[in-house]
Amino acid sequence: MMGVKPLSAFDLSLAAGLVLALALCSWRLRLGLEKRMAISALRTTVQLLLIGQVLRVLFAHASFPFVFLISMVMLMVAGREVGARQHRRIKGFSGWLLGTGSMFVSSFAVAFFALAVVIANDPWYTPQYAIPLLGMLLGNTMNGIALSMDRLTESLWQQRQTVEQRLLLGQTSLEAIHELRQQAMRSGMIPIINSMAAAGLVSLPGMMTGQILGGSSPMDAVKYQILIMFLICAGTGFGVVTAITLTSRKLFDDRQRLRLDVLQKR
Amino acid sequence: MGRLIVDNLRFRDRGPYSFAIAGGECLGLQGESGAGKTLLLRAIVDLDPHQGSLRLDDLECDRMPAPQWRKKVSMLPAESCWWLDVVAEHFHDFSAVSQEHLALLGFGPEVGGWQVSRLSTGEKQRLAILRMLENRPRALLLDEPTASLDQANSQGVENLLCEYGRANNAPLLWVSHDPKQLDRVADRCLYMRADGSLEPCGGK
Repeated sequence: MMGVKPLSAFDLSLAAGLVLALALCSWRLRLGLEKRMAISALRTTVQLLLIGQVLRVLFAHASFPFVFLISMVMLMVAGREVGARQHRRIKGFSGWLLGTGSMFVSSFAVAFFALAVVIANDPWYTPQYAIPLLGMLLGNTMNGIALSMDRLTESLWQQRQTVEQRLLLGQTSLEAIHELRQQAMRSGMIPIINSMAAAGLVSLPGMMTGQILGGSSPMDAVKYQILIMFLICAGTGFGVVTAITLTSRKLFDDRQRLRLDVLQKR
Repeated sequence: MGRLIVDNLRFRDRGPYSFAIAGGECLGLQGESGAGKTLLLRAIVDLDPHQGSLRLDDLECDRMPAPQWRKKVSMLPAESCWWLDVVAEHFHDFSAVSQEHLALLGFGPEVGGWQVSRLSTGEKQRLAILRMLENRPRALLLDEPTASLDQANSQGVENLLCEYGRANNAPLLWVSHDPKQLDRVADRCLYMRADGSLEPCGGK
């Protein structure tokens, strides 16, 4: 198997020059994005270099507690990100727990299934497989869950009068937000369904591209990509269903009153 | 039979409110805008958190699921909402709506097929009354039921609601800004001051 051609710091700085040129352009056009662009570019560099070091150590010592610890950190950060992406989120610890819990249920369950049953390495938590897989799953379920929760709280906020009208007519809380729940779940799942439909034709998925660059044969890379797509689809879907079910429960109290006071605006 | 009893009701910084409305009786409620009349109605229908007890005869609000209470003690909000395309879709069975009630509010049976998007505010309001009555509520909380209606339609609504109260021995709590209307429909009246407290006033 042919190895990767290593990139030098100079090679990367050439690519950074492109971003710099874009920042200059943003400044000339007064888009006001140059500062954010710089910070984000810097973050990407620092974060990825750091994770590279962590992974290097992790791969050298494949111990379960270490793998578990890293995956927990990834989960916490993803949970924070879900909250941060919402316009109106549920206040306090329970809001954080909702998003994080749904991601835990879906991503971890699906990742465990893939590692232990489908790939079946020995040991099943081999970090070269476990960490990238979990990372792809968390990254994608995070998008879906954040999107769907945002959609639910936002549409409830805008249509609270209608929802309360339906409660007044004696509908249960679930009946009163039935359509809103459906829309929220759909909006969380549609992106992954679309990207499954477009995979290979419009876009070459990132993981597969990386594997091919890394020297894998295209067919091996493709098979792994198919696996990943299915896992992401299932993880996102079940995560979205869990998140919306838990969130909609949280938005009503035990007397089926709409309690938008549990939301806080960012 | 059919008494609605509000006992030591408190919510937010308001109350306690204690009053009872007998079956078939209509209690008028006046007061300045923003005094909290709607809030009182929302608390009685259990749409807002509250303390104290609410009873309909010996049925206790806290002892039954909230949706069931809201079907028995129904509130007509000042502004009605419609969420589906066609009027009849908002009813369990539009064909079962009494022709007499429809006629009293100035509609024919074809109104069931009308598009909600083409209804005027007044039409929505009158249809919302029929939609509420479909649950056969045993008490009515009416938040300015005729605010968006002309005089002829107001008359029809007053007749229908008063007749419903009498025929079903249902207590009515009727919020209105029009003292003349309350003179016509209410057996007695309460006035809500700006601080939320109630005092008796007029009535027929």
